[in-house]
Amino acid sequence: MMINEKKYSEIQLSVLVVSRILIGWYCLYEGVVKLMNPNWTSYAYLSDSKGLFAPLFKGIAANPTLLQVVDFLNVWGLVAIGLGLILGLFTHVAAIAGIALLGLYCLSHPALIDANYLMQSGDNTLWIDKNLIFIFLLLILVVFPTGRIIGIDRLIFKKRKSDGK
Amino acid sequence: MANKDDKTQNQKSKLTRRDALKGLATVPALGAFGYGIYKKWNAERLKKSSITRELGLDFDEEKVPETSGNGKTLRLGIIGYGIRGEQLMRAAGFAKPGLIDDWKTSALKNPGDNRYADYLEQEDLNITINGVCDLFDKRAREALSAAANINRKGTGEKMVQTAKRYKRYTELLAAPDIDAVIIAAPDHWHSRMAIDAAKAGKHVYVEKGMTRTVEEAFQLRKAIKETGVVFQLGHQGRQTASHNKAKEIIKKDILGKITLIEVCTNRNDPNGAWVYDIDPEGSPKTIDWAQFIEPTRPHTFSLERFFRWRCWWDYGTGLSGDLLTHEYDAINQVMRLGIPHSAVASGGVYFYKDGRTVPDVFQAVYEYPDRDLTFMYSASLASGRYRGKVLMGHDANMELESALTVYPERNSTRYKKQIESGLLSPDKPLLTYIPGREQVDAVTSATEQYFASRGLLYTYIQGKRVDTTHLHIKEWLNCIRTGKQPSCNIDEGFDEAITAHMATIAYRENRKVYWDADNEKIV
Repeated sequence: MMINEKKYSEIQLSVLVVSRILIGWYCLYEGVVKLMNPNWTSYAYLSDSKGLFAPLFKGIAANPTLLQVVDFLNVWGLVAIGLGLILGLFTHVAAIAGIALLGLYCLSHPALIDANYLMQSGDNTLWIDKNLIFIFLLLILVVFPTGRIIGIDRLIFKKRKSDGK
Repeated sequence: MANKDDKTQNQKSKLTRRDALKGLATVPALGAFGYGIYKKWNAERLKKSSITRELGLDFDEEKVPETSGNGKTLRLGIIGYGIRGEQLMRAAGFAKPGLIDDWKTSALKNPGDNRYADYLEQEDLNITINGVCDLFDKRAREALSAAANINRKGTGEKMVQTAKRYKRYTELLAAPDIDAVIIAAPDHWHSRMAIDAAKAGKHVYVEKGMTRTVEEAFQLRKAIKETGVVFQLGHQGRQTASHNKAKEIIKKDILGKITLIEVCTNRNDPNGAWVYDIDPEGSPKTIDWAQFIEPTRPHTFSLERFFRWRCWWDYGTGLSGDLLTHEYDAINQVMRLGIPHSAVASGGVYFYKDGRTVPDVFQAVYEYPDRDLTFMYSASLASGRYRGKVLMGHDANMELESALTVYPERNSTRYKKQIESGLLSPDKPLLTYIPGREQVDAVTSATEQYFASRGLLYTYIQGKRVDTTHLHIKEWLNCIRTGKQPSCNIDEGFDEAITAHMATIAYRENRKVYWDADNEKIV
């Protein structure tokens, strides 16, 4: 996909890149906080799952080995997605991975009318919650990519393109 | 022409200064992120370390109780295989095959059900069950099947019977192939069985309340001291890790002067109110009623009284002996309260008007003038409202559950400076202890506490549920092997029994009762 720098106006580009950095920042910090807390585990979160897929997430929580894997993927996934979005490094992959991860959060904690989660987010939600909005923000970043304009991807893909030639 | 094209292409694909600038334009954001993290952590670390330093918190690491090196197999007898007897035998490593079946089926349906897997992992205590005694034939049979289940298997699998059924507990005590007994008969039998066991040279684990009457408490203490058998009273809360942490925290005077302690029982179902099922097999033919009423007031055969004995003073000790004792023993473990100076009590049969004589709502207030504190117990068997165990000090207060939380007092003298400076805040815990953690954290997130208080973290961090009853029996067995004193020995048991009896007498005689410590008498 060839991204033409001329495609976006300056203001469009600025808003898109800043959004990308902010979302990346949010993910990165979520990951880093978990990384730095040696006692952090997704056990409680997964055990508190509700809705159609609850048995699946509860099953993960109940399996110590699987739980370790999920914890690892979640923490490092968040860190990698965060770095990717901030730096514009493999931006496309980072955004897609972010959508997948947030999709899992949505499935494990759907904002159902009667769902009553132990961990109160402080938000008032009806079907639509922060995770779902985040997914769509990331989708905006996918359909309006900026990594190859402002981001390390610019260097990588330009170089690769020339190498390919 | 071709040359020119190549040149243009080269220029296009060559990284220019412009590319470098645009490519790395967002890197400074990462720098800001790093700086922010650094500032935040520094602030938190400073806060943590200054709280820890100023309070002099340097907790000992949690000790995992060790199994004694002495490899001798101990031979046990169990007297009383009702609800508690079944739990005790299971905790000792001998579960009914039927229960194992249920656990297995349930684990197949629900992958989150780890009861069977956890049970298989429970340590082997190196004991055999050589004798069982129950007055109800069906339960005696079940006890035999559990005793034979040395491999923790389900129905139809390989069993090894080591136990013999005794119709009278005295016959079991006379058996030469029994070293120690677990007594889980109703309260009216406790002292007699325990005294006879001690006299027969058998070590004793007896359920709470230790005795049904005041006199029995004195007799039992005498017998245990004279015979020197290893005695453990069944307050498994002694093994709760947070209780030991609470002890350390109070020793370090984190709470300041403690003037009020509130404990409670909250239950709201018939089972919790001792309205147990009446077994359809129960009849004068299958139950030795004459033996059942031997140490108490005679009464005609009654299935209610046999299966729901806790509801009558003739057999049980009411809320004071049954449930106040657990709460009291926890606080006695933490603060070494001993027997109170005085007791008043009130309550009544307000909900379960089923002919019971013991109250279903019951309050007791104990005074400890030497310690400048009041100990309050409140209980309802008809409301689940939880009040917890709370220790109230001038400088801080403590909520003591399986997790433990200490909050500073707004008007604390000791923490005045820290509260003014914002280092401490009355609505944020000063200390949190979550079982399974090695350290007491000065600052823990609200979420973590929330989960911990509901047992979620507890289950995971331990990797499996730890049965405190198992640990309590294990401690007793270790002491038998090493000749040491268990944590809930006869002296602690004596405190428990007298304290409970004081409240019972205060309630039944409707008066304030006192403990004459010099003459060891309730007046």
